[in-house]
Amino acid sequence: MRGIISYGGYVPWWRLPREAIAAAHGGSAEKGTRSVASYDEDTTSMGVEAARLALGALGDDARQVPATLWFSTAEPSYADKTNATTVHAALRLDREVPAFDAVGAVRSATGALLAALNGSGTSLVVSSGARTGLPGSPDERDGGDGAAAFIIGDDASPAPVIAELLGSASTTEEFVDRWRVPGEPRSRSWEERFGETRYVPLGTQAWKLALDDAGVAAEDIRSVIVTGTHARAVRQVARSVGSGTGGVADDLSVTIGNAGAAQAGLALANALDTASPGDIVAVVVLADGADVVLFRATGAIAAYQRATTIAQQVESGNESLPYLKFLTWKQMVTVQPPNRPEPARASSSAAARNEDWKYGFVGSQDRTTGTPHLPPARVSYKGGAVDDMLPLPLAEATGTIVTFTVDRLAYSPSPPIVFAVVDFDVGGEAAARMPIELTDVIADGVQIGDRVGMTFRRLNQADGIQNYFWKAKPVR
Amino acid sequence: MGSHGIKDKVAIVGMGCTPFREHWDKGTDDLLVDAFTETIADAGVEKDAIDAYWLGTAQSGMSGITAAAPLKLDNKPVTRVENYCASGSEALRQAAYAVASGAYDVAMAIGVEKVKDSGYQGLNAFPIPNDGTARTLTAAAMFSLVAPAYARKYGVDEDELKRVLARIASKNHYNGARNPRAQFRREMDVDAICKAPAVAGRLGVFDCAGVADGAAAAILVRAEDAAAYTDSPLYLKALSFVAGNGSGLIDAGYDYTTFPEVARCAADAYAQAGVTDPRREIAMAEVHDCFTPTELVLMEDLGFSHRGEAWKDVEAGAFDLAGELPVNPDGGLKSFGHPVGASGLRMHFENWLQLRHEAPDDRQIALDPSRPYGLVHNLGGYPGEMVSFVSIVGTALG
Repeated sequence: MRGIISYGGYVPWWRLPREAIAAAHGGSAEKGTRSVASYDEDTTSMGVEAARLALGALGDDARQVPATLWFSTAEPSYADKTNATTVHAALRLDREVPAFDAVGAVRSATGALLAALNGSGTSLVVSSGARTGLPGSPDERDGGDGAAAFIIGDDASPAPVIAELLGSASTTEEFVDRWRVPGEPRSRSWEERFGETRYVPLGTQAWKLALDDAGVAAEDIRSVIVTGTHARAVRQVARSVGSGTGGVADDLSVTIGNAGAAQAGLALANALDTASPGDIVAVVVLADGADVVLFRATGAIAAYQRATTIAQQVESGNESLPYLKFLTWKQMVTVQPPNRPEPARASSSAAARNEDWKYGFVGSQDRTTGTPHLPPARVSYKGGAVDDMLPLPLAEATGTIVTFTVDRLAYSPSPPIVFAVVDFDVGGEAAARMPIELTDVIADGVQIGDRVGMTFRRLNQADGIQNYFWKAKPVR
Repeated sequence: MGSHGIKDKVAIVGMGCTPFREHWDKGTDDLLVDAFTETIADAGVEKDAIDAYWLGTAQSGMSGITAAAPLKLDNKPVTRVENYCASGSEALRQAAYAVASGAYDVAMAIGVEKVKDSGYQGLNAFPIPNDGTARTLTAAAMFSLVAPAYARKYGVDEDELKRVLARIASKNHYNGARNPRAQFRREMDVDAICKAPAVAGRLGVFDCAGVADGAAAAILVRAEDAAAYTDSPLYLKALSFVAGNGSGLIDAGYDYTTFPEVARCAADAYAQAGVTDPRREIAMAEVHDCFTPTELVLMEDLGFSHRGEAWKDVEAGAFDLAGELPVNPDGGLKSFGHPVGASGLRMHFENWLQLRHEAPDDRQIALDPSRPYGLVHNLGGYPGEMVSFVSIVGTALG
C-alpha cells in the first residue's frame, strides 16, 4: 500500500477581507477573505511551516523520515538556485536527502506529488503559493497564500499510510490560457470563455480515466476537490464530476483564496482533517491539462495526531490587515522607509558555516553546567568549558515573553519592529534566553508573560539574497 | 595578577574640545585640526614636542593616518583605537599607559567622529559581514527595555518613572543651555519632554541623545613633568575598562535593571583610586546619558545611589548642577549629541574645566576639598552586551 503517511497545511495569520478591496476601488464586494503571507513570508518560508506540521505529526524523530524532498511553487524566491535546499536546512533533514524544486508552473505541485506517489521510498512533497494580481484585479481578490506538505510512503515507511493511493490519471494539452513572464508580479490570461472550452473536456476525460485506474465508481467517492488556474472551468468541472459522488469539497476559495500551487494540497489537507477510515477523496487539478488522484483513508487515520487543522487556522486568522498594507506587502505600493540604512546582504560563507543556527535554530548547551547558548558558542559563559557543548535544537520549543519593546526607528520592511526577550523552555529549571523579533502580532496587543513559538521567516532581501531566520510568534 | 592602575603617574596638562554640532561645513580633518590646535595651545606645546598619538574613532577613518595626514605629523607613531562609543576614552587610556610605561614623554589622545555625512538619522554601525541573524534593533530599543523592568522591580509607577526620566533630560538640557560648546542650548521642561513622540517603547525623542559631529583632545605627560606645562594639571587616579562577554543577552537571570559591566568597571576604578564612598567623595561625574534610563541606572551602578533609589535621588535634585553630586554639568550626551570617538574626551574636558575652576560662572560647580575627585563614565553597546569605561581624576596628588 502506498499513499500519504502525514500531511500539514499552513495558512498565514493575516486575512484581507474582500470588502476592504471593494471599499478602496468601488463596486460590490465579493464575500469572504483571502489569506495573506506576512511581509516576512515567502513561498519557501511558508513551505517550511507546512512541512514542520507534517513532520510534527510523526513525533520527535520525524526529520529522519523523508528520503527525498520536493518543493513546488509558481512563485519561487530564487531561480537557478534550488529553493528546496532552504526547506531542507530549516527541517534539518539528513545531508544524504536530496532536495529538488519543481517550480514555475502551478501544475508542478501536482507533478511532484504524482512523482512521489508513483515512485518508491518516503518523500516529503511541499507546495507553496503566494498569489496576487494588479490592484483591483480578480487575481488580487481571489488569490490566496499558503502551503501544504505531504509525506508519501508505503508499508515500509516508519509511519502507517493514512490515505492510500487508489489511482490517478492525467490529460495534457498545449494552449495559452494563463501565463506570467518570469519576474513579473502578475499573471495575464486569455479571454475566459476560451480556457473553459479546453479545460472542461480535459477534466472530464481525466476523471473517467482515473476512476477506471482506481477501479471505483463515482458513488463510492465521499468528496471531490476541484481546483485550478481557471475559476470558471473549475466550477464547471466540479458540477460535472461531482454529480453522483458524495459531494464537492470546499476548495477554500471563500476563506483562503486560490493559493496557486498549494491550493489542491490545502484543500486535500482540509478534507483529510475530517476524513474517516474508508472515505474516498478525489482531487482534480486543472492546470495546463488535468490531473486526478484518488485516495482512500485507511484505518490509521483515526489515530493520526494533528497539531492544527486547516479549519482551526482559518478560524484564528486576523482580518485587521488594511488594504494599503496588503499592497505594500505584495510590493504593489512602495511606502517611505525609515531613514536608516537598509540591511547589507547576508554573507553566504558565514550563513553556510552557521547553517544549523540560521536555518535550523539550533543553539548549544554546555554539557557540564547545562547552560544554553543562543547562538551556539564554543566557550561557555558559565564555567568556561571549551568545545564541550551539545546541540540545542529549539525550533519546536516554546517560551515566555520576559519583556518587550516596539522599535519605531529600526529598518524593517513593515515597521515598527516588535522585539521581545524570550525565555525558551529547555526542560528543568534552566531557560534558554534570546532577544528576538516577534511576528504575526499587533504591537499594542503584546503582553509580558505571553507564550510564543518559533516560525521560519525571511528577514529581508539584499542583492537578491533571501535572508532567512527564525522569529517568535504567539502560540494561538 | 591584578588590576593596579597608574594612580598619580600621569597628568593631563592641556585639553581642547570643538563645539559639537551638525558641522555641515567641517569634515573629519577639520575637526581634528580644530581640536588639535586648541589643545596644543592650551598646553603651550609645539607639535614636534608630542611623541605619540592615540586616535579614537569608531567609523570616521581607519589607521593612524586618519590623524597623521590632516595634522601633517612628521613620522610619529599614531594608533587608531575603536571600542564602540567609548573609543575616545580608550584613546586616553592607551596614551596614559604609554606615558606611564616611560615609552614616551608626551602623548596626545584625540577623538573625532563625523557622523552627519552618512545621510541617515541616528548612529549607524558599519556593517560587518555576517550570517544575517544579527539583531538589527536600534540602541534606543534595547535601552527602552530598562525603564519598564526598573519600574516593575522597584514598584515605581511607570508614568511616574517617565517623569523622573524626563527630569534627567531636563536637568541635562538646563546644564547644556549654559555651555557654548553644546549642540542643544535650550532648557526643556519635564512636560514638554514627556509629550514627545515615542521612538522605542516608551522612550520619546527627548529621552534620546542627539547626533552631532565633534572632536576633543588631551595632552598627557608623566606626573612629575606636569609642572613644566601647567600649575594646575589634572592627575589620573584611575582608568578602568570592561568589555562584556554578551552573556546578559542570553542569561535568563539578567533583568535589565543594571549594567553589570559598569558596576564591575566602577568597582575596579574605585579600588585603583582608593575611593570608598563615591557618593561623598566624588565632586562631579560625566556619565554616558545616551538615553535617560541609562543615566538613571548608572547612578546605581556607579554607587551614587542605593539600588532601587536612584529615581528618588533624581527627584530630590541630588544630581542637579547645584545638587550634592552634579552629574553631566556640561549638558551630557543629551545636550552635546554623540560623536562616538570624541565623547569620552569631551567628558574629560568638562572635568578639566570644572575641577580647575575654569568653567563659566553660570555652570561652575562648587568645589569642596572633601570631594577631591571627578569621574568619567563612558559606555558602548547596550544592555546585555556592553563595554564600560570609568576614569577618576583629581587636581591634587595623593
